[in-house]
Amino acid sequence: MENNNIFAKTHLVTPQEPPAITTDNLQVYYGDNHAMHDASLSFPEHQITALIGASGSGKSTYLRSLNRMNDDLATVKGKIMYHGIDINASDVNVYEIRRHIGMVFQLPNPFAKSIRENLTFALKAYGIKKKSELDERVETSLKEAALWDEVKDNLNRSALSLSGGQAQRLCIARSLAIKPDVLLLDEPASALDPISTAKIEATLLKLVKKYTIIIVTHNMQQASRISKYTAFFHLGHVLEFDTTSHIFQEPQVPVTRDYVLGNFG
Amino acid sequence: MDLKSPSKATNEDRRGRIITYSCIGIIIVLVVSILYFIASRGLATFIQNHVNVFRFLTGTQWNPSLLDSHGQPEVGALPMITTSFLVTILAAIVATPFAFAVAIYMVEIAPKRGTKLLQPVMELLVGIPSVVYGFIGLTVIVPIVRHIFGGTGVGILAGTLVLFVMILPTVTSLSVDALTAVPMYLRSASLALGATRWQTIRKVILRAAMPRLLTAIIFGMARAFGEALAVQMVIGNAALMPTSLVSPTSTLTSQLTTEVGNTVMGTIQNNALWSLALILLLMSLVFNLLVHFIGKRGEIK
Repeated sequence: MENNNIFAKTHLVTPQEPPAITTDNLQVYYGDNHAMHDASLSFPEHQITALIGASGSGKSTYLRSLNRMNDDLATVKGKIMYHGIDINASDVNVYEIRRHIGMVFQLPNPFAKSIRENLTFALKAYGIKKKSELDERVETSLKEAALWDEVKDNLNRSALSLSGGQAQRLCIARSLAIKPDVLLLDEPASALDPISTAKIEATLLKLVKKYTIIIVTHNMQQASRISKYTAFFHLGHVLEFDTTSHIFQEPQVPVTRDYVLGNFG
Repeated sequence: MDLKSPSKATNEDRRGRIITYSCIGIIIVLVVSILYFIASRGLATFIQNHVNVFRFLTGTQWNPSLLDSHGQPEVGALPMITTSFLVTILAAIVATPFAFAVAIYMVEIAPKRGTKLLQPVMELLVGIPSVVYGFIGLTVIVPIVRHIFGGTGVGILAGTLVLFVMILPTVTSLSVDALTAVPMYLRSASLALGATRWQTIRKVILRAAMPRLLTAIIFGMARAFGEALAVQMVIGNAALMPTSLVSPTSTLTSQLTTEVGNTVMGTIQNNALWSLALILLLMSLVFNLLVHFIGKRGEIK
């Protein structure tokens, strides 16, 4: 009974800016396990929105639903609206959805290929064959991900020879190469050292001018440094969604206050 | 406080070390003596019987009890060497696509159903004794080959088909291991980029697993190269240079098993067989080195 009381008190605002993605009453089940309850959020265009919460709070599960990476793994109910289309509708092409809504994962996961091939893989799969266009996309996306200067001398070297931070920026560049609209990041800096983390954050702050960014993070300083909006997840519920400054300075929900003060985590 | 004298713990350590080292020592002595024995008998052909090594490797006449025009025993091993390599390579070429297809199905496409259905089939194929494979080859494959291609039906083609089935489970199960070892996050990364499952398998997973897949093929080839009994039953056992895929011939192993009962230790006939065994030994060394080399390359890339 006590749990129900915790989840009864929520504070969810709707941002003024036009939304890139909205979710309405999103539920996720792993078999019988109800991992995500009733998440109704609206992510404004060209802003960074942070999803925070303790481990197991459902934020990664939620994020993975947004470009249908939970297909075959979990059952997703409710609506995810993207440009007026419910992305879970049966007539939606899942591959096209993922081209528009890109994703970067927690661990840097470059393919066992050269740096160039990592970037051109999706483009070639999409049918782009012209070398000049491929080269142009490689250079643009590496520059956007702030990796160009470090690797431009040898794009043919194995991507596995990059450092962790470089590899993660390569993964960001790889997602950008297909020119997505929304970029989902699942704790992209949690496996990296502070200097690499700072580089990733600087990159994201530049990218937000062109892309809508949704980032899951365990690091509350990171959320407050880079995001405009923050959603607080707790045990599969979204308890609070507001501007980041409100969440960190005057949280409305007691559980949120405990979390941002570091009383649990 | 006594910090320097031995205790129960140090004695246990010492006893454990002695047991481990003596077991290792026995194995090492065993391996070295096997190598020494094969090498000394195998080289006797060249040292005691004064056979020219080059002529041994390139000669096409195998008749150790006769002398050739140079007054040397006729021990040309090229027919056996050629046949051994041909059946090995052909069997690997035929088996690889099937093994990869089964492995991809079991790991990527239907992990539950595939494993439940195909795992027992593969284990069954491993469990069938090679003499049974040879028997089936002799009674089923040889007549079919004879019917379609003419001749006697025995030869490289029949040997290839028997070996293909025999190495299939080896290559398949190692390929399954290779694909399973590809980390899940590479699949996620590819799918998140909008790649289809087939593009993911072809461009990402097979590429990442390539060193271990090559290793799987080489282990299959090593098995094919060393298989004696089943091959002997379908290859024809004539120490002749193969003129086609359906002409009777002989592999290194089948020549050994065919002749070994008819020779006396220390004679040229016997020494020549040891030389064939030496080639087999060197080739298995080459296969091992290849596996090692590919593994090393795979790590760095």
